[in-house]
Amino acid sequence: MSDTNYRELSLNGLWKNNPAIVQLLGLCPLLAVTGSVVNAMGMALATVAVLIASSTSVSMIRGFVSDAVRLPAFVMIIAAAVTCIELLMQAFTYELFQILGIFLPLITTNCLILGRADAFACKNKVMPAMYDGMMMGLGFGAILILLGAVRELVGTGALFANMDLLFGEEARHWKVVFFEDYNQFLVAILPPGAFIVTGLIIAMKNVIDDGIKRREALRTAGTPKESRRVRVTGNVS
Amino acid sequence: MAFLTVSSPHAHGPLDTATVMRLVLLSTLPGVFALSYFFGFGTIINILWASALALGMEAAVLKVRKRPVGFYLNDGSALVTAVLLGIALPPASPWWLIAVGILFAIVFAKHLYGGMGYNPFNPAMVGYVVLLISFPVQMTSWLAPAGSFDGSLLGPIDAVMRVFSLGQVDAVTMATPLDVLKQNDSLLIKDLWADSTQFGSLAGVGWEWANVGFLAGGLYLLYRRVFTWHAPVSMLVALFVMSALFYDGGSSASGGSPMFHLFSGATMLGAFFIVTDPVTSAVSNKGRIIYGACIGLLIYLIRAWGNYPDAVAFAVLLMNFAAPLLDHYTQPRTYGHKTTPRKGEGE
Repeated sequence: MSDTNYRELSLNGLWKNNPAIVQLLGLCPLLAVTGSVVNAMGMALATVAVLIASSTSVSMIRGFVSDAVRLPAFVMIIAAAVTCIELLMQAFTYELFQILGIFLPLITTNCLILGRADAFACKNKVMPAMYDGMMMGLGFGAILILLGAVRELVGTGALFANMDLLFGEEARHWKVVFFEDYNQFLVAILPPGAFIVTGLIIAMKNVIDDGIKRREALRTAGTPKESRRVRVTGNVS
Repeated sequence: MAFLTVSSPHAHGPLDTATVMRLVLLSTLPGVFALSYFFGFGTIINILWASALALGMEAAVLKVRKRPVGFYLNDGSALVTAVLLGIALPPASPWWLIAVGILFAIVFAKHLYGGMGYNPFNPAMVGYVVLLISFPVQMTSWLAPAGSFDGSLLGPIDAVMRVFSLGQVDAVTMATPLDVLKQNDSLLIKDLWADSTQFGSLAGVGWEWANVGFLAGGLYLLYRRVFTWHAPVSMLVALFVMSALFYDGGSSASGGSPMFHLFSGATMLGAFFIVTDPVTSAVSNKGRIIYGACIGLLIYLIRAWGNYPDAVAFAVLLMNFAAPLLDHYTQPRTYGHKTTPRKGEGE
């Protein structure tokens, strides 16, 4: 474990083992608060911060906690991190804190965070654990924001509404209206829309993966079939 | 000339999918005619636009899924979905409303689940419910029926212009009888009927005849043995019993007479054209009876105490969920065996 492959860690967190669309962990916040970009972004930031903090601390104490009590210890650490984030958001983005409501404290129960603590952080050194937490958090956050953007666009015909909740006064004008006179498509904003769009995102990932695999197969197959026989002339490209 | 000698038992040529679908389309005609007679040409334009979209989307999805396009288009199932949705939507709905409905019916409810025969939910009803939840304003603006207001009905050209928003078309919209009954709690039904012009002799003006039309079409389908009597009859009986139990004879808080419920809204359309869908309903006869009865029960519960004036679509979708469970517990006895052995029971 001395030479950690950071590239592999990033790839795993962001794509190959993406917590939201491959492991399907933490679906509760994923589905509940992604009605708009700003909500999704707030949730994503909070999750990333908690994940980094908890993975780092879990990795630091991994030598001192026996196997029998490790889960309670992890949950305590995660709860402490969540409390800090919650207080920070309450201080700096009070309105967003109110919108996210119960889903902020619920980050504690997000299986993604406990999962990373148990599966990775408690078996690895501090730096890799922190990096893994960050990448998993970013992968999760990216899907949150994508989901929020699609649902906001389809649901209201605009993007980036109310961004001032997160970025302060100057973000008030960031809202982009794509369709004037748009009839709100409520299903997209309501929970069914979250399920449908998540399904579509997973399907899209599968399509992309299939494409990559097919191209890979084409490349490794390399030589065309006829020339796989014993070389007789030698001009195989 | 060759005569084939075939010994008994003779196999009866079953109806194939395309024939069934054609029969279903044919049987909607009386109801569609009644709707058009009372509400103008809107329903017909709905159906035509929905059919064109449904065939187009079906073809496109089949192409993407690499299935034989002609074969599946010919079975007419997309057309039936489109016609049912076109009937269920308010006459002369905006073109985009119908398009969204068909998109969810054909692409999401049907093909994402595996296409013809694999969809757990009735496609037309999924389309309808998505629209009802998303666009309550457009979905509740029914045109006023003939005879209930001063003015003329939508002609064909006006209806097209209204659907595609090509120009200003004046159309009178009115709350449906079920809606009126829902909004009023403190009147006698006699007074309510005297106050509102949209009530007829049995239920609403136009509505009662549309329901009679769908009843007639449904009875024809029953006669042709397209489906069995179990589900529709048990649904109507359940609705009748529920409304009879809770009808107190006169106040508008009690939810209308049994006859009013049987001939209002989408009751008959639901009973004979939606509940009988062979793909999404229960399969055994006993299962169908329970399935239909629960739908009837749910329709009354939602009509009387729910948030929406009519409930056929919600009731059907809820019971579509339950159909596999019903099938599991109502497996018919195999001839020669006492009961169906189930996993983990008996020896």
